[in-house]
Amino acid sequence: MAVCIAVIAKENYPLYIRSVPTQNELKFHYTVHTSLDVVEEKISAVGKAMADQRELYLGLLYPTEDYKVYGYVTNSKVKFVIVVDSSNTSLRDNEIRSMFRKLHNSFTDVMCNPFYNPGDPIQSKAFDGIVSGMMVQPS
Amino acid sequence: MADGVLFEFLHMEMVSHVFKDQQSTNGEMNNKDRAVCTSVLEGMGFRVGQGLIERFTRDSPSFKDELDIMKFICKDFWTQVFRRQVDNLRTNHQGTYVLQDNKFVLLTQLSSGKQYLDDAPKYLAYSCGVIRGALSSLGLDSVVTAEVSLMPSCKFQVVIQKL
Repeated sequence: MAVCIAVIAKENYPLYIRSVPTQNELKFHYTVHTSLDVVEEKISAVGKAMADQRELYLGLLYPTEDYKVYGYVTNSKVKFVIVVDSSNTSLRDNEIRSMFRKLHNSFTDVMCNPFYNPGDPIQSKAFDGIVSGMMVQPS
Repeated sequence: MADGVLFEFLHMEMVSHVFKDQQSTNGEMNNKDRAVCTSVLEGMGFRVGQGLIERFTRDSPSFKDELDIMKFICKDFWTQVFRRQVDNLRTNHQGTYVLQDNKFVLLTQLSSGKQYLDDAPKYLAYSCGVIRGALSSLGLDSVVTAEVSLMPSCKFQVVIQKL
């Protein structure tokens, strides 16, 4: 279960960011912001290894003492960042991948919505629903 | 399946509607009006292209370079949107690409003689927009134009804008 989920546009500004409300939200915003550097590094690093098939899932970006940050980039350079609690060790790679898949599918639906302008903050209730399903429920 | 036909009909009506709309404000169509109609259709295509790319590239890996992206447009993208592949892709390796489709699906319903050659570009504006939207979503700014010399084949010229 994630503690914070963010969707960042191609130009590196947030389209959607949501964190568990009980915590200090600014700290998560900052964590997501710093993770962007790591994402950029991974994207350009994969570019050098031309022979490999490039994957959209970037994996663990970096661990801090409390949290682990995972990244995923789409072909249209929209980035998804998920922050999970380090104490939650039962979360496996596959589960994170499936969370990103669900996010990507939901994001695709948002993009295809004719009332949505690409670049605007995401306000779709369906997207909110998917994200709530993945966040730690506030007790 | 009747899906493809539905869009063809919708497209024909779209073009006719946009042109009729513009014409009702003036008595006659001049070049400026034609340009407005073309950009309206192109704008529609642009937004659709962006959404389509999100859906089509959901599972495929990242593209290596510009040529890879153009090949994807010519094969997978063209197949999904226009139900065939581009017949010929030419490039000068400096950002200009010409995609030639010998039996463009939105032109097949018009007669293949010279009669409608002048009207054909109207029916290509939307598709130019779709290509431009797709490329923009993949990170390439471009200018897409189309020309018809022999119905129903047409050529799309894509010029990638470098910053």
